[in-house]
Amino acid sequence: MSIIYVLIPLGLVLVGIGLWAFFWAVGSGQFDDLDSPGWTVLSDDERPPARTDRNAEEEP
Amino acid sequence: MTGAGPPCFHCGEPIPSGTNIRARLAGREEPVCCHGCKAVAEFIAGAGLDDYYKYRDAAAARADEAYRPDRWSAYDRADLVERLSRPEPNGARSITVLLEGLRCAACSWLADKALHLQSGVLDVSVNPATARARLVWDPARVRLGDLLRVLEHVGLRPHPLAGEPAEQLSILERRTALKRLAVAGFGMMQVMMFAVPLYIGESSGMEADIRELLRLVSMLVSVPVALYAGWPFYVGAWQAIRARGISMDVPVSLGIALAFLASVWNAMRGHGEVYFDSVTMFVFFLSLGRYVEMIARHRAGSVADALARLAPVTARRVRNGSVEDVQAIELAVGDELLVRTGEVFAADGEVIEGDGRVDESMLTGESTAMAKAPGSPVHAGTQNLGAPLRVRVAAVAGDTVLSGIVMLLERAQSQRPRLAKAADRAAAWFLGRILVGAAVVFAIWCFVDPSRAFSATLAVLVVTCPCALSLATPAAIAAATAELARRGVLVAQSDALEALAKATHILWDKTGTLTRGLVRVEEVRPLAGLSEAECLQLAVALERMSEHPIAKAFLASEPGNATASDLAVVPGLGLEGCVAQRRLRIGSPAFAAGLSEAAGAPAWLDGESWVCLGDRSGLLAAFRLTDQLRPEASRCVAELAHLGLQSEIASGDEEAAVARIAERSGITRHTARLRPEQKLARLEALQAAGAVVVAVGDGINDAPLLRGADVAVAMGRGSALAHSSADLILVRDSLDELPDSVRLARRAQRVIKQNLTWSIVYNVAALPLAAFGLVPPWLAAIGMSLSSIAVVLNAMRLSRTPRNTSGRNWTLSRPAEVA
Repeated sequence: MSIIYVLIPLGLVLVGIGLWAFFWAVGSGQFDDLDSPGWTVLSDDERPPARTDRNAEEEP
Repeated sequence: MTGAGPPCFHCGEPIPSGTNIRARLAGREEPVCCHGCKAVAEFIAGAGLDDYYKYRDAAAARADEAYRPDRWSAYDRADLVERLSRPEPNGARSITVLLEGLRCAACSWLADKALHLQSGVLDVSVNPATARARLVWDPARVRLGDLLRVLEHVGLRPHPLAGEPAEQLSILERRTALKRLAVAGFGMMQVMMFAVPLYIGESSGMEADIRELLRLVSMLVSVPVALYAGWPFYVGAWQAIRARGISMDVPVSLGIALAFLASVWNAMRGHGEVYFDSVTMFVFFLSLGRYVEMIARHRAGSVADALARLAPVTARRVRNGSVEDVQAIELAVGDELLVRTGEVFAADGEVIEGDGRVDESMLTGESTAMAKAPGSPVHAGTQNLGAPLRVRVAAVAGDTVLSGIVMLLERAQSQRPRLAKAADRAAAWFLGRILVGAAVVFAIWCFVDPSRAFSATLAVLVVTCPCALSLATPAAIAAATAELARRGVLVAQSDALEALAKATHILWDKTGTLTRGLVRVEEVRPLAGLSEAECLQLAVALERMSEHPIAKAFLASEPGNATASDLAVVPGLGLEGCVAQRRLRIGSPAFAAGLSEAAGAPAWLDGESWVCLGDRSGLLAAFRLTDQLRPEASRCVAELAHLGLQSEIASGDEEAAVARIAERSGITRHTARLRPEQKLARLEALQAAGAVVVAVGDGINDAPLLRGADVAVAMGRGSALAHSSADLILVRDSLDELPDSVRLARRAQRVIKQNLTWSIVYNVAALPLAAFGLVPPWLAAIGMSLSSIAVVLNAMRLSRTPRNTSGRNWTLSRPAEVA
């Protein structure tokens, strides 16, 4: 059973990496808008999409 | 922590040692931490508002020491105020402000009262959920700058309608909440993984050092969950206690902190129970509930913010032949702007040079770009797709059509949180009793068996947490909303679901609602010697800029390129304008004939759906238009009748045309030739008779009707103004979903009732068991979680029902234009 002395810390390290990745994703705005990216696939490219995209830094 | 004395009376912060500032209130003195708080507290008491300190359940924000009244002096300037605010009847003006530091219902009470004490304030409505207030004041009696100063005085820093910071705040709040939720979720899963072998080890034996390892590792994982993920609960509880109030956070924090500290103690000394699994699970489920609630709160403000941000912040002004970049707020009526291809108009105005196409879909719902020539109106927030245009500004800031829509939305939202209030009151009542109950249980167990006092008290605190009670309604509403969205029905106001379930009458607009709105010119009868083509050309010139369905019929029939100037829309009657210096009217026969004194409308024009063109000499032509009934209309009406909803048509159209549509769609009651305000009157008459009325409409002329209705339904292709007044939006532009929506709303009401019953029964049943020590804390945590999950799962049934009609063509027409 001494293997768990390796496996448990390893599991904790993996959880730590997962959390770090999630924090990074949240911090970089990946979760700020979960609705409109789904629609952008459907919208036509003829119109410039910047106006409905909340994350676009459009106006100076 | 400095000084052991009492905290600041106003903000609740500890008072730094050596500070001796006292606020003089009515007949007594209270210690405060700084001169800012002293000023605020004395101001509040001096204004007779000290009830605030009794009712608040969160301490106020610390008053800024370097508080400068001068920053509002800009808002004393009449010209700036006029740009930011909107006129109201009798010379009053209104403005929307975001209030920073608005933390609880008492804060909004304070803002309301403090403003009402000022003479000249006519109306205030504060929405605590979105932290916005709408003020209506009389500029002749009080200056806006003074009102903003009052708000800052009471500790609520105002930001006159600014979409940007609000959005920024909510994004930050959401990011933090997500991180806390993730920590709690990951932590819960890990601790569960260690808890299961520990429980099994209890019965089947486990090596002591492995048991020790698992317990210590559980503790390690629980620390960030209890400290980081649980932080908002401690802060909330602390604020409530400081304000001598009670909130849901108090027993929650008490439960978490007691269980966690006891577990840490036991884990360190190596024997005794650990409750890390209960702690992490508790924190995770509570955080999840808070997160869902926060999303709903943000959504309420996001539509308005999205609209507000459509207008750009800067514009290019042409002055003395040179172009300069200016802030949109500096623009004044009469300025000349240059708007290049792809740019968004910063203000309402009139084209003075250039021919172009403008995308007005956000205002009108019309997806094809509108042609613009010199003389055509353009609106803030719309986008220039064609050649560069020079525009003379006609309305800025608060007067634009865009900000009119935003104001309407905000007003609708601030009048809403009825459902939320009832749940809050019930929970607060419950919580006080839980704390007393837990204390009593602890005291009794101390006499009976002190060793079990702690776990029994903990079980009482955890098991009775009214989570299921507070989740019961939001979970059902969220599930119903999501399911409706999947079917192509957007729910803009969740209160509307309740009304929809109780609806008894349904009031239809005709054009574009019961009919497709695809009108075609079927016949042209020249009446004054012009050729059919000439008549059509004149009609097209007048109708070119209109969004009315009738206009499309003309545009589809004759692609001429003449345009009219000086256009005016008379709702429900028609259009008037000039084509080649000739004043013309198009619309109902009587209206078109109205330009000339002599001629009236011939009798044969009655009884059919005729549109007439007239000038000063009399009628020029009559056009017969036909509109097709939607294929699903009669089925929809029949299904609604089956559900107990009586249909009725209220249309601005001709009697004969309305009667024909009514007959074909199976509706017995109809009224024709109604102006928008008459439609509203009809609606109010029904409501006065006790009916709960659903109104379905699509155009600008339906906006008053939609605003007055208990449930307002707008068609997906309707104008943005109709969308902004609507509770439900039929995105697929088909009536098929309406009966389904009613059924779903009724099922949602049933689920809410079941959920409330279940959670009350659970709490009442579990409390005595926990009090008698029959429920160990881990079981209490599971019970609490299971009761919440049961409530959520019951709500989820709403989104798992088979559609009762199959074989429909579920093609997506177009994503919704709103947000």
